[in-house]
Amino acid sequence: MAMTDTDTADASTSAPAQIPLVDYLVLDDGEPHLVAHECTSCGARFFDHRNGCASCFATDFTTVPVANEGTLRTFTIVAFAAPGIPVPFVAGVVDCDGTSVRANVVNTEPDPEHITVGMPVRLTTFPIGDDANGTAAIGFGYEPTGAVTQ
Amino acid sequence: MSASDDIWILGINMTKFGKHTDRDAVDLAAEATANALADGGVTMADIGVLAAGNLMNAGAGIGQQLQKQVGQTGIPVYNVANACATGATALRTAIMAVKSGEAEMGLAVGVEKLSGAGLLGGGGTPRSEKENWEPSGRFGAVTGTDGRIGTNTMPGVFAQIGMEYGHRYGGTSFELFAKISEKNHAHSTLNPLAAYQKQFTLEEIMGDLMISYPNTRPMCSANCDGAAAAVVTTGAKLKTLSAEQQRRAVKVAASVLTTDPWEEACQVLPNVNTLTRNAATTAYEQAGIGPEDLDLVELHDCFATAELVHYDNLLLCPEGGAVDFFESGAPWRDGSTPVNVSGGLQSKGHPISATGLANIWEVCHHLRGEAGDRQIEGARVGLAHVIGLGSACGVHVLERSAA
Ligand SMILES: [Zn+2]
Repeated sequence: MAMTDTDTADASTSAPAQIPLVDYLVLDDGEPHLVAHECTSCGARFFDHRNGCASCFATDFTTVPVANEGTLRTFTIVAFAAPGIPVPFVAGVVDCDGTSVRANVVNTEPDPEHITVGMPVRLTTFPIGDDANGTAAIGFGYEPTGAVTQ
Repeated sequence: MSASDDIWILGINMTKFGKHTDRDAVDLAAEATANALADGGVTMADIGVLAAGNLMNAGAGIGQQLQKQVGQTGIPVYNVANACATGATALRTAIMAVKSGEAEMGLAVGVEKLSGAGLLGGGGTPRSEKENWEPSGRFGAVTGTDGRIGTNTMPGVFAQIGMEYGHRYGGTSFELFAKISEKNHAHSTLNPLAAYQKQFTLEEIMGDLMISYPNTRPMCSANCDGAAAAVVTTGAKLKTLSAEQQRRAVKVAASVLTTDPWEEACQVLPNVNTLTRNAATTAYEQAGIGPEDLDLVELHDCFATAELVHYDNLLLCPEGGAVDFFESGAPWRDGSTPVNVSGGLQSKGHPISATGLANIWEVCHHLRGEAGDRQIEGARVGLAHVIGLGSACGVHVLERSAA
């Protein structure tokens, strides 16, 4: 459980101590991992709330875990973003054993010397801020395999 | 289809692209409309249908606003919005109405006021810290995800699209993408209607402000103001018009609009490839030509990284051969398949809803032999392409009149 010093005062309350940034990040079932909605008819995978399958129009889905390791399929180093978004950061798409995931690449220098398409990466999570109850929102990104987590 | 069922562009016009501080969207649309009608030798009284787009103000009814300034004749108006493919969608809508026989002549108009708009696509849900984290939206997000889970900025999305091509086929580099931009800026020096007519050296392009690697500022489309309009009619109607109108009319040999069919990853990073490839394939079939027959191509180079992938998507080169195609010099104006001789979106500018009609205008200009200093000599067939994220792709193949 990731808690910062400022959380300590609220630690006795019953509020959950952490919440994932998005509902497809699972924190409370073993190692943190992503899950996808998989179409039971055709196997297409989606991360958002579904009304039906964009591939085969079926409406039944099952929740499946997404592999934590993958390769970086593409990236960009964002130097200009909307106000309030810290730059530079690395945005990319990771191929996690056949399932493509949109994410930032973290725990590496944001420059083209340190990031290459095809490089192996793995999922990592980190706190991104607390709400008034001291609940930490937990984000995710992918770090180069072998990189030292800060 | 008999010859009389052919669709023709009778008149077409684009305004100067750039900063029009003293004129609003309706002013610009009215100018392009008046000039397109005059170019075709017709008036609003001849027009049976109007399709119009103004993406940044899509709910305001630009078609009716325009009518109130240029002529309210009671004809049906279709206000269209399809991201950066809005202009092509307006043209396609007018063409469908004329082709169906519901109107003899149609008018398509696209206009945008975009000067100083800054970065497009970023932001989304404000990321101000909430009282309590509460999941909302289709991803159950407790706060904004732009910048935390990838990027929504257009330069960033299209940078990834170009980098992915490099991952798949190899051969790309920051320098290669910058060279594509160097070409388009060089081309723009011959286009007086371009927002920017400045030649850049490769060093200047690579040394400019980085927006989203590998796209520097000159490698991004220029936000600007502008409008374009076109009058379309049938071959049967054209036969009743003057010899001069028949000589200058440009045949719409293919008009295609596609969206992206589902593929793995297409909801993760927009796939601009498959729907463009599908549109191009259908367009070549409709026109009965192949990419080798094209004398010029105006394609959607919203970023230098995008132009590369569309060489391949429009089948201008063998699959995976876009880097070799560029390195051969083919897409330069003196090459075998000149691409974006107008200067492209990077220098001509990208007033979103006008873009899809402006690239049609550019091709028509050459097919009519009226392109002045930048004329591609003897141009007979050309292709215009736009893509709007979401996605929608418009491809039109245009042919010079035999009259
Ligand atoms: Zn399915």
